[in-house]
Amino acid sequence: MKVAVITFPGSNCDYDCYHALKTLGGFEPEFRWHGDRELKGVDAVFLPGGFSYGDYLRSGAIARFSPIMEAVRDFARSGGPVVGICNGFQVLCEAGLLPGALLANESLLFRSYDIHIRVETLRTPFTSAYERHQVLRIPIAHGDGNYHADDEVLAELEGEDRIVFRYVSPAGDLTPEANPNGSAHHIAGIVNESRNVLGMMPHPERAVEPVLGSTDGAGLFASLRAHLEGALA
Amino acid sequence: MSRFDIEVRVKPRPGLLDPQGKAIHHALESLGYPGVGEVRVGKVIDLTLEADSEAEARERADEMCRKLLSNPVTEDYQLRVRASAGKEAEG
Repeated sequence: MKVAVITFPGSNCDYDCYHALKTLGGFEPEFRWHGDRELKGVDAVFLPGGFSYGDYLRSGAIARFSPIMEAVRDFARSGGPVVGICNGFQVLCEAGLLPGALLANESLLFRSYDIHIRVETLRTPFTSAYERHQVLRIPIAHGDGNYHADDEVLAELEGEDRIVFRYVSPAGDLTPEANPNGSAHHIAGIVNESRNVLGMMPHPERAVEPVLGSTDGAGLFASLRAHLEGALA
Repeated sequence: MSRFDIEVRVKPRPGLLDPQGKAIHHALESLGYPGVGEVRVGKVIDLTLEADSEAEARERADEMCRKLLSNPVTEDYQLRVRASAGKEAEG
């Protein structure tokens, strides 16, 4: 299964994504440059973390207009699985492929440490290998991770079971101190209406090997692999 | 063609938490300034634009704001358009 990892100028988690895909097996990751116009027959797309275009203007605002994003938009609209991690999530919001926006962390501090997130739904191509309400320990590293959307959009996300991950305490509770950035409804990750586009601030690709301190992110890749195998069968 | 100076003021939408504004408010209080109300931090983007008329310049700048310069989910914008002083665009 071929998976495109998109590199924007300023991406810095593209190799992490590539490494995770390669190490976990079952994927053939390939880089696509922001200036490319075609994805060239891939089965899934990752928009990695980093600081595309230096985060100028707003995080993700300029990456959205990269030539490759036209192809990513078409791929997403045709139902192809797209994962945006950290800066990738910000790009997906700016591109209108996901609702809402990511504001500066409430604390104004760049937060870089392991947090806990709870798997809220298994009805996505990215979470079927987890258990519902499973708590994962996964790193975050961001300054603009404060998810914001108006009340109508938040109600829609809640009502349609589109909140995929929420920040929780290690025990799995929605305590205020478990929310590292002030995100509305403790949102750490969401999917679009057709559930094939995922955006999340935490970094599952940095939690896939014991040497990294956690393997809790591996389930996301296992879910995607199972999804693609089903789709390709 | 004339040249116009465009000033775009982008501000966080009302009611939206502005942690930068809050931090500045706190600092102003710490400095001992009484009576400081709400502080909101936005940004100003200046650009020049060649267009046939002020109306056209405004229309194009407005589109730029909607497409790129502001994020309608979180920000409001205001435009100021005026003819550049003494500078006729060439060509």
